[in-house]
Amino acid sequence: MAKVTEVNLKKLRPYGDIMDDGTVQIAFTLPVEISPEAREAAVQLVQKMGFEQIKVATMEKAADGFSFFVIYAQLKFTIDFTQIKVLKIEAPKRSRSEIEEVVRTKIGRKLIILGACTGYDAHTVGIDAIFNMKGFSGDYGLERYQWLDARNLGAQVQNEDLLNIAIQEKADAILISKVVSQHNIHIRDMKDLIQRAEKLGLKNKFIFVAGGPRVTHPMALECGFDAGFSVGTKPSDVASYVVEEYIRRSENQRVKKEKVHKKSKKRGDFK
Amino acid sequence: MAHLALDSDLVNRCRESAARISKPIEKVIETHTTVAIERSVLRLFGIEGAIQEGAGQWFPEVNKIVEYLKKENLLDRGVLYWFVNGMIQKKMPAQELATQVALKKIDLIALPRASDDVVCKKAFELCKKAKNYLIEQRDKRDDLRRQVQDTFDPEGKNGPLLYVIVATGNIYDDVIQARAAAQAGAGAIAVIRSTAQSLLDFVPHGATTEGFGGTYATQENFRIMRQALDAESLKLGRYIRLTNYCSGLCMPEIAALGAMERLDFLLNDAMYGILFRDINMKRTLIDQHFSRKIIALSRIVIHTGEDNYLTTADAIENGHQVLASQFINERFALNAQMTEDLMGLGHAQEMDPEYPNVFLLEIARAQMTRDIFPRSPIKFMPPTRYKSGDIFYSHLMDAMFNFVGVLTGQTIQLLGMSTEAMHTPLLQDRWMSIKNARYIFNGARDLGKEINFNSSGIIESWAAQVLKKTYHHLEEIDKKGLFKAIELKAFAEVSRTETGGKGYDGVISKSSKYLNPFFELL
Repeated sequence: MAKVTEVNLKKLRPYGDIMDDGTVQIAFTLPVEISPEAREAAVQLVQKMGFEQIKVATMEKAADGFSFFVIYAQLKFTIDFTQIKVLKIEAPKRSRSEIEEVVRTKIGRKLIILGACTGYDAHTVGIDAIFNMKGFSGDYGLERYQWLDARNLGAQVQNEDLLNIAIQEKADAILISKVVSQHNIHIRDMKDLIQRAEKLGLKNKFIFVAGGPRVTHPMALECGFDAGFSVGTKPSDVASYVVEEYIRRSENQRVKKEKVHKKSKKRGDFK
Repeated sequence: MAHLALDSDLVNRCRESAARISKPIEKVIETHTTVAIERSVLRLFGIEGAIQEGAGQWFPEVNKIVEYLKKENLLDRGVLYWFVNGMIQKKMPAQELATQVALKKIDLIALPRASDDVVCKKAFELCKKAKNYLIEQRDKRDDLRRQVQDTFDPEGKNGPLLYVIVATGNIYDDVIQARAAAQAGAGAIAVIRSTAQSLLDFVPHGATTEGFGGTYATQENFRIMRQALDAESLKLGRYIRLTNYCSGLCMPEIAALGAMERLDFLLNDAMYGILFRDINMKRTLIDQHFSRKIIALSRIVIHTGEDNYLTTADAIENGHQVLASQFINERFALNAQMTEDLMGLGHAQEMDPEYPNVFLLEIARAQMTRDIFPRSPIKFMPPTRYKSGDIFYSHLMDAMFNFVGVLTGQTIQLLGMSTEAMHTPLLQDRWMSIKNARYIFNGARDLGKEINFNSSGIIESWAAQVLKKTYHHLEEIDKKGLFKAIELKAFAEVSRTETGGKGYDGVISKSSKYLNPFFELL
């Protein structure tokens, strides 16, 4: 009996039920009435996508002039998994008690974290899940942390106001949630916040974190944020990151100061 | 249909408590008007023009007129006093005068004044005419319902109505999506509004093709969609209902527009605006009363927004908040002469799907809502809170939601979308969802008639417990007063204050000479 084939990471392909079969499930709608021609059009489109062995599982009339397809097909292409590089959040995952301990011992004061749904976004479900005492999926919200001063400013907070509050309250981190993403409004709002912060020279004063169903870490970085979290993020994930990033920054500043200190000493030697 | 053995005496005491809670609010409602109410009376006169500000936005004439009078502190007599006097003096029809005033070509307060009696009489006549138009439009809508098949039954006896949303941002794309949904089997279409329209203190003008997360509610958009659904109803031989959102700062204006453009359902709930849009509580409760008077005349079914509480407060722990709010909402609706068959009280299936026996608790909540408000068209909202990008699991959650809906005799079932939390629904998402609902509503149609609830079982005891908690919650609210109770987070874990929130400056004390015959006529 031959052994099952091992995965070849140099040539990675989707898995159906046999290694390397390349099976993919595709569903889409075509704005034409169901017909043999519509079916053929769907097959040819999937061919153009790089699939072979195309099986139309179903063609359904979704409405007058609309046909809905579910298709299974095999992908020709492969990916070298060993060459994949991804930007990800580099912070050790800590539990609530570990986070509390780190803040208490290494920072020695409460970190101030502000949260808001910005722009016209009124969907607070994300920011609430992170902030509210009760938290999300058994993970307590930031408001329950003794060593975090976490304040949820709620919905429809304008970027300008948010920055003003952050200055007033001497915030360490700003967490924003973006749910509405039609016409990429979330990206525009996110970029706007960072541009305003840059103008006011505040970009490095706060740790900027974004979250939402359409937010990813690379996308958040592109918008100028320090980190981005997507669906399924727990409050302790966010807290782990913020605390780690705060410590990293203070460490950097300390090193910088020491360098400056040494430099000036040297200069003193010259005198 | 299986029923729960609820303590009917306790249900009655909840209703008495709700009546006591609404009493002090009634006083506030009686003695005040708002800029939005004043604008809606002009809208009921058929004024729908707008003028462009510079090269920018189109701004409704009704806003121009009302804002001018407000600035001059003359709104306490009601816009009609000034406007009808203007019509008398200038011998102009309403629309023509409105345009002239909005363009500042006529100054309403600089005109000679007819005697109060003459103005009153003329205003009464005009309001009567406006009312007759609403009745005509209502009858036209009801005729179409009779002409084609209409199986909607407020008590849910014909099974849940399939209700879906469209939200492209472009009214013309919405029409395509709505017609497709109707063809797939939907019985009601809601056009979701653009995000934050509820915070605009004016109704945008004309047909719109850009919005965020939805499409602007405008009179022209209402017309375009209703016309498309009329055509689709005739084609399918099945009446398709249209829904929009009558909440926020323009609540009574949307009610007026909805009534004039033959809408069937309006989401109408001051509590929603207070809690989730931070609209001032006095403003929106006063607005709500006038809008519900229009709604009562036009026999539009309202939907209340208690389902939203469960998106911020835990659904297992806070069922009593939803029920308490429904009792209060029912009382406010009765106060505006609405009948029970027009009160689409809202609730939702939002409990943690991994909680043990969660469906038993959901069935308890859905069944008790049905049984406590037997004559009302209960609106049941789908899971959203625990949905993620796993569309297959979401589709399954929707199936169970549909099962609970048909089992417990819900009237209006807003169908869940497998792509909830991802994007506004694609045509195929809606099609899949409708197919899901049709399958389950058909297959389990009479299941509710076949079963009984175990008198000492989980479902009965959960319902009894929620009812008891509801009564205590209402008693607490009654003790503190509604305004104070809201401040102390009686609902949805949100706190609002009596004078806080948006739109408070649009509340005006009526003078003894306040003129608005609609209050008597509606």
